[in-house]
Amino acid sequence: MFLFRGGDAHAPGQSPEVQQAHMQLWMQWMGGLAQSGKLIGAQPLAQTGKILTGTKKVVTDGPFMEGKEMVGGYLMCKADTYDEAVEVAKGCPILVFEDGKVEVREMQEIKM
Amino acid sequence: MVAVLAKVFGTENLQVAEDVVQDTLLQAMEIWKLKGAPDNPSAWLYRVAKNKAIDILRRNKFSVQYDFSDNDRILLQSEYTMSTVMENLWKEEMVQDDLLRMMFACCHPDISEENQITLILKTLCGFSTAEIARSFLTTEDTISKRLYRTKEFFRERKIRPEFPPTDHLKSRANAVLRTIYLIFNEGYNSTHTDVMIRKDLLEQAMYLCDQLCSNVHTRLPEVYAAMALMCFHAARIDSRMGGEGEIILLPKQDRSKWNTQLICDGSAYLDKAAIGSEVSSYHIEAAIAFEHCAAPRFGDTNWAHILVLYTWLDAIAPSTIVQLNRLTVIGKVHGNEAVLQEIEQSARIPEWEKHFLYHSILGEIYSSTDKEKALLCYEKAVQLTQSISEKKLLRKKIAMLGTMTK
Repeated sequence: MFLFRGGDAHAPGQSPEVQQAHMQLWMQWMGGLAQSGKLIGAQPLAQTGKILTGTKKVVTDGPFMEGKEMVGGYLMCKADTYDEAVEVAKGCPILVFEDGKVEVREMQEIKM
Repeated sequence: MVAVLAKVFGTENLQVAEDVVQDTLLQAMEIWKLKGAPDNPSAWLYRVAKNKAIDILRRNKFSVQYDFSDNDRILLQSEYTMSTVMENLWKEEMVQDDLLRMMFACCHPDISEENQITLILKTLCGFSTAEIARSFLTTEDTISKRLYRTKEFFRERKIRPEFPPTDHLKSRANAVLRTIYLIFNEGYNSTHTDVMIRKDLLEQAMYLCDQLCSNVHTRLPEVYAAMALMCFHAARIDSRMGGEGEIILLPKQDRSKWNTQLICDGSAYLDKAAIGSEVSSYHIEAAIAFEHCAAPRFGDTNWAHILVLYTWLDAIAPSTIVQLNRLTVIGKVHGNEAVLQEIEQSARIPEWEKHFLYHSILGEIYSSTDKEKALLCYEKAVQLTQSISEKKLLRKKIAMLGTMTK
């Protein structure tokens, strides 16, 4: 699982050409994964949400985009090794932005 | 457009594809009525259909009805790539071949012929279930069931609209051609309805064949030959039917009503078909049709050559119809006695007797020598045909027997 943070890809101020060019990067990166059969899925996440906390299930607004730690989207793919996953992550378009981050997390087995 | 959308939603969701096209066209009608048609109507239609399709995709990303597991289709499921993929799918160069790809899907060898025809008429020609039911003298319910079963077939076998692999291309293209020709025949000589000629079916068949002609992968010699054949037949439709829906046969057709442009087109296609080393039945049938079209008057028809062609046709694609037509031609070249001799020597009489044309031919022969026999033959023919126009024609011949002087 890749978690994306940062990047202004969907900022409204940008011209259509810039946006389109950026989407082409996504197409190239994900297209390659799809062709090799390694892509499972990917979606951007909406920029507002709520947080539930603790046993009382307290609901608060957040997290907030300005924190730059808010997850903006995810991608799930297959990889033979963790290092391979890191290599794949290097191609992520969010990294064209200085503040773009890709968190690479391997899915964990729960052994009972 | 249905063909492109079939790629988007999967062939098992053809209904969705058709609904989108329908909605788009309705929207076009409403808006263009008020604002006038746009400069580039097809671009407008594509854009609206594309956006409707995106809406549907968005609502159904994780619905069980839609299968995104293909490497090509998985990108339609992700917001990051959905729009880009859709843009690419609707580009002119891509869209052009989609109709053909869809035709191959519809003519998959494991689908029955009647289902192939039903599917093509519904999805590629835009016929309604009711219209198809009428064309084949069956109920809407039957047609709906056929479409449903085919849809399940597509889902189970994951059939995608695509060109078959090169080693199968020729046989699959021939299957498509056969279905197209069946549609044409139904339009040219409808035995199911009381309207003998269905121009809309003819146009659809010729349009689909033209698609095959235009694509470098599918423009086989037999495709050109079939196209030529259809041109020659279609050229004569205006002279085939009288004012009251009665059939006018070749001898009496008003040749001034023949469409010379279509005959020219047919000739050009026939020339194009003269490639390769194999002669298909379409080639010969086209050559026969050409002989008829080339004769300025019925009396000028080169029957001797036509007889050669029919004999050849019987050798490579024997059928009752071909053999019976050949008998007629023998009569023209060698006279009625020769026909009777040919019949006597033939082992095929049991097959021939099932067909109305056989009895009609006999009736014709006996009408000048033995009127009672002729009457029996004609009446047998009337019984055997289902076509209302044919029955009318035969009854006219019976009536003429009565008025012939002894």
